[in-house]
Amino acid sequence: MPKRTDIHKILIIGSGPIIISQACEFDYSGAQAVKALKEEGYEVVLINSNPATIMTDPELADRTYIEPITPEMVTKVIEKERPDALLPTLGGQTALNTAIKLAESGVLDKYNVEMLAAKVDVIRKAEGREEFRAAMRAIGLKVPESAIVHTLEDAMAAGDAIGFPVIVRPSFTLGGTGGGVAYNRQELETMSSCGLDLSMTTEIMVERSLLGWKEFELEVMRDCKDNVVIICSIENMDAMGVHTGDSITVAPAQTLTDREYQEMRDAAIAIIREIGVETGGSNVQFAVNPQDGELMIIEMNPRVSRSSALASKATGFPIAKIAAKLAVGFTLDEIKNDITRETYASFEPTIDYCVVKIPRFTFEKFPEAEDVLSTAMKSVGETMAIGRTFKEAFQKAMRSLETGRAGFGADGKKSLDHLELFELETGLRVPSSKRVSYLHEALRRGMTVEHIHNLTQIDPWFLRNLEQIVALEQEIRQQDLRGMGRDFLKKCKQYGFSDTQLAFLTGTSVNDVRMLRKQLGIVPVYKLVDTCAAEFESYTPYYYSTYEQENEASRSERKKVMILGGGPNRIGQGIEFDYCCVHAAFALAEIGVESIMVNSNPETVSTDYDTSDKLYFEPLTLEDVMNIIDLEKPDGVIVQFGGQTPLNLAVALAEAGVPIIGTSPDSIDRAEDRKRFQEFLQKLHLRQPNNDTVYTLAEALSAAAQIGYPVVVRPSYVLGGRDMRIVYSEQGIREFMAKPGMADNKHPVLIDKFLEDAIEVDVDAICDGRKTIIGGIMEHIEEAGIHSGDSSCVLPPHTLSPQLIEEIKQATRAMAEELGVIGLMNVQYAVKDEDLYILEVNPRASRTVPFVSKATGVPLAKMATKVMMGMTLEQLGLSTEVTIKHWAVKEAVFPFDRFKNVDTLLGPEMKSTGEVMGIDDNLGLALAKAQLAAGVTLPVSGAVFLSVRDGDKKGILEAARQLVEMKFTLLATKGTASYLAQHDVPCDQVNKISEGRPHILDKLQDKQVAWVVNTSLGRRTTEDSYRIRRAALELRIPYTTTSSGAVSVVLAMQALRKSSLGVQPIQYFI
Amino acid sequence: MKALIALEDGTIFEGESFTGRGEAIGEMVFNTSMSGYQEILTDPSYTGQIVTMTYPLIGNYGVNSEDMESAAVHPKAFLVKEYNAIPSNFRSEQTLAQFLDRYGVLGIEGFDTRALVRHIRTVGALKAIVSTEDLDKESLVARAKAWVGLVGQNMVRKVTCDQPYGWADNRPVPGTGFSTVQSGMNNPLKVVALDCGIKYNQLRIMTEKGCQVQVVPATTDAQAILAMEPDGVFLSNGPGDPDGIEGVVETVQALLGKTPIFGICLGHQILGLAYGGSTYKVKFGHRGGNQPVKDLATGHVEITSQNHGFSVDPDSLDKEVIEVTHINLNDGSLEGMRHRLYPAFSVQYHPEHAPGPHDSLYLFDRFIEMMRSEKA
Repeated sequence: MPKRTDIHKILIIGSGPIIISQACEFDYSGAQAVKALKEEGYEVVLINSNPATIMTDPELADRTYIEPITPEMVTKVIEKERPDALLPTLGGQTALNTAIKLAESGVLDKYNVEMLAAKVDVIRKAEGREEFRAAMRAIGLKVPESAIVHTLEDAMAAGDAIGFPVIVRPSFTLGGTGGGVAYNRQELETMSSCGLDLSMTTEIMVERSLLGWKEFELEVMRDCKDNVVIICSIENMDAMGVHTGDSITVAPAQTLTDREYQEMRDAAIAIIREIGVETGGSNVQFAVNPQDGELMIIEMNPRVSRSSALASKATGFPIAKIAAKLAVGFTLDEIKNDITRETYASFEPTIDYCVVKIPRFTFEKFPEAEDVLSTAMKSVGETMAIGRTFKEAFQKAMRSLETGRAGFGADGKKSLDHLELFELETGLRVPSSKRVSYLHEALRRGMTVEHIHNLTQIDPWFLRNLEQIVALEQEIRQQDLRGMGRDFLKKCKQYGFSDTQLAFLTGTSVNDVRMLRKQLGIVPVYKLVDTCAAEFESYTPYYYSTYEQENEASRSERKKVMILGGGPNRIGQGIEFDYCCVHAAFALAEIGVESIMVNSNPETVSTDYDTSDKLYFEPLTLEDVMNIIDLEKPDGVIVQFGGQTPLNLAVALAEAGVPIIGTSPDSIDRAEDRKRFQEFLQKLHLRQPNNDTVYTLAEALSAAAQIGYPVVVRPSYVLGGRDMRIVYSEQGIREFMAKPGMADNKHPVLIDKFLEDAIEVDVDAICDGRKTIIGGIMEHIEEAGIHSGDSSCVLPPHTLSPQLIEEIKQATRAMAEELGVIGLMNVQYAVKDEDLYILEVNPRASRTVPFVSKATGVPLAKMATKVMMGMTLEQLGLSTEVTIKHWAVKEAVFPFDRFKNVDTLLGPEMKSTGEVMGIDDNLGLALAKAQLAAGVTLPVSGAVFLSVRDGDKKGILEAARQLVEMKFTLLATKGTASYLAQHDVPCDQVNKISEGRPHILDKLQDKQVAWVVNTSLGRRTTEDSYRIRRAALELRIPYTTTSSGAVSVVLAMQALRKSSLGVQPIQYFI
Repeated sequence: MKALIALEDGTIFEGESFTGRGEAIGEMVFNTSMSGYQEILTDPSYTGQIVTMTYPLIGNYGVNSEDMESAAVHPKAFLVKEYNAIPSNFRSEQTLAQFLDRYGVLGIEGFDTRALVRHIRTVGALKAIVSTEDLDKESLVARAKAWVGLVGQNMVRKVTCDQPYGWADNRPVPGTGFSTVQSGMNNPLKVVALDCGIKYNQLRIMTEKGCQVQVVPATTDAQAILAMEPDGVFLSNGPGDPDGIEGVVETVQALLGKTPIFGICLGHQILGLAYGGSTYKVKFGHRGGNQPVKDLATGHVEITSQNHGFSVDPDSLDKEVIEVTHINLNDGSLEGMRHRLYPAFSVQYHPEHAPGPHDSLYLFDRFIEMMRSEKA
């Protein structure tokens, strides 16, 4: 059936900010969908609050609403745009839930908007626990014994009836939020009350635990003529009990006979038909009893998912793009397979390699959180590696993870040989982010596969393969590098051993290994990901490396530039950098230069095969990157867009003679090296907070005393403020320096004067070596001391004086020119008492580049790419700075609700996973939109609780007055209450927790508080204020932890009183 | 143990044997299924061939007694990227190496199978030799060249049963004239299956669907078949070149119009020849479980299991008499046809799967319906 001609305008809902379980895979799917629908001539309207996405690029959709994704705001977009149809299956759970609400409230009927791909009853049938289970039973498929409950009492009764442990699964939540494994009644009680609260429908399922069963997934696609194909099978290495997003997973399934696989395939097809997903992709999860093969259905997602992004990258089959085309009426046999060109999308990809995905965790950011994996997802990113064998892919994935490991152990790092046997066994038994290391240690000690299997429930097939890696590791240890034969060395490489591991195991250097390898002619070959195991010729240059005979990659004669990506997402390095890499590829295409992308993150747009001319899906280590460079001999390599990952390679690449384009590695070093940076600023007569570099505790103490408390302390060369602290006393310095690796005489510790109550300013600029253009000046709402990635900010600055703005511009230009920046530069300033301080200069793409580009309409990353290719800003038509008349506000989004016991207080260490943008002609409304987009619905009435530290009292006073004026009642603890009383602001006093009941927690529990403002000094000061913040988080009461944040919220509330929120496409603003 | 793989065009690969010493000569083909190696190995259609799996990790789930498609292993040698020696599956009874060894079939691993596949894709299926005994490259290439090959050969002779048998309780039971009875069957349809290299799953499925199946050697003539008074005749898959088979085409011609006929794979090609059409050798064949086939009547696409090196030339068929019912979406080749006057239809692919998707099981139902309506 050809495409539908009865619909013309289609609304796509995106997934909003990056959060745990909803990351850039939905930018990948959304961007593909927008492109696919535009290609077919449809008018596409998009709503997504996340400015760091490719899908919200103004040239992509016809109209792009960077507005909060709430039913109310989407309704406004519908009112304004009057689309014929809504496509809800490409924006994750956010889009799906929003679409359901729009349907239920009658908005879709009222405006005659058709839901494509999956109707509302279909979504309900798939997502509603009870409906789904009934549907499965109707088609003869088994589901684990369970009970759907809506009250705590029923949950407890269900637990008793089913028998512990049980799994708690709230309905309609993301990534298993609020769920988990309850081993006893007490855990069930806690989990149930939390889960009931989080569920959109106050519904949870208490389910029989299938802990230890094997877990599989199938990606299914269906078209409107009921043709169904399976795109990919995935086997989880971690058994049931660990969320699939947190599991190491492998494609295709490894331990199923064809009979068992086909049984699963039949089930998946029956499910997509029974649930009634009309068109598009779905994901079905299965559990298999390893003893007898009994098959149970766990769940199905009637939309594209994280797994479908992985399946797309693992097979080369673009699920989201095809899903979009199926949604408008095409059938699978009408859509050409891009890769083979000759064949159609109605087939099932077959692969001739092994794919391993390993999740990336960030427990180090949340030391209070327990590093235990369960059914609620906790990882923030993932990496994928492709090899011809599981062993090769697994080791490649381990080094792609960028956690400092060179493969599966064997690199001399983080030795676990000190562990007692029982500790090792516990580490194996309890799934955690570190379990892989425990596996290595257990195998190294010779623990049997049977024993490890009993502890971990990991299928023996995986364990045997890991055992083979460790056995070869032991063999390598016995060898002398120079005496190593060609066959043996080749075998090591085929087992995925990196040069770093081989150097460690043979006591030689990486260079020795590399030299020997090259001498013996052991270099990788590159093979194609082609959907068909070489049965047909393929045309998309999507490669992975392996050590075999035939190389399929060939160097073209075109001018070519390699872009190094950012690897797996982590806090501090995420979609913003991928956005820049993608723009670099687009810019190169515009000027006719071949782009070669190297990255290891399957969730991204950068690893879409049609983003660049060539894609190498490879680890971003020096060895792997140099191997590609040896083959491709690019004219230039871009390292300044992918965040810290490529930057860390810059010096070594430059030393190897690789042409790094743009700002020179020496200039980067000049900005990053403390001493050199100081000299640089002195030369320009610019000011920085007093600072020093120390190596020992004694030095630290004397330096801090010299500079004067409070001070900021941190290790050098860090990302996202890792381990950065504000220290107020000598005791704080002692604690900090006592941390492992701090006072080791090798790695310097930086101490800076902390500028209290200073305003922080972020500037993004572009420079062609001669001329500098300021891209945007962003004034932070939170004061200096809060990591810039966690601060909300306003563009243009809302309180800075014109003189100061001019001073900032001049300083920025002076620094760019002195550093010889060619490309992008980001500067962080602090303004205290009208004095300007330079905090940091980064001559590279920053996290705020996409935000600035969206707010101003200037595609900074693209222009920077062209500048790096030798064009001038003038040639690019950027001769003056863009001034905007509207306001753009960036707000950060945090994962606190995913981690128990974690304080929500902000500090110098970055904790946010994503960001949203609020854009409006009115500052207050832009602020309100940013809050709403970040998931905070600002109250319009009720009680506001204020408890602020002394230093914040003055700052909060005016806001308190305005709250009273807006008819809010104020509640405050003793100190704050008496301060307000002194200034004639009426307020009720409430007990602190330590002052006896009823206290503030009781008020919060009773939902008598509409907004919590609680500021505190430093890290987790008093137990009281921590418990208040945590209660606010858990009870989902809006909360603010800085006085400046509170002031801006009041501004937003005032604006909301005067006018309601409107929607405007980004194309209107720029 | 080092092994050399030599192709008739001089291409050499070096691998390792995982089954000990041995030597095999045959036609080099590849299969793109990611699972189902046991079913592939026991499919008689691979007689005379050396099979390379495109999926690199083979042996993972071992071998069991339930997934046999015949009583023996048929390829001359089995080539994989990495043999996994320690299987993990609750049904596994032995390792793949033990299984191959029992049937004297050589297993080779440790070479660039993708390079070999790309080569075959480019130049077509080639005569090949695999050896741990003769490691002289020139000698190997010369011997591969000298091998007679499959074209024009009667391979069916090597795999068809010596004695008739029936199917009961999930296994072959010797017996003639529908004497073998599956327990619990009530008034079954009687099907004579002409064994050109039949796969057990064809028998399993027909039995499950209520047919009593009598398997007969491929040399059985039409008169003898009709004497059994079957409700229908099933023409199985089988190895090699349909042109090389003696007598079967004539048998089928004599059966046409007298009883419903359903042919699969080689059975389909034999029907093509019986209809007066011709067959040709496909460059490198279709072997795998992901071939899309379109049913021209419904427009529906089914994902099919395939294993064939020859194909019926649609241009050689009289369209007045023969209707093309199915085509391959990848290359447009003929995948299914039916006789417009007589109750006879056939498909080039394997609706009995094993290994592969179950999308095409409806064809057995179609056969049953055909038999029922002819009976009535």
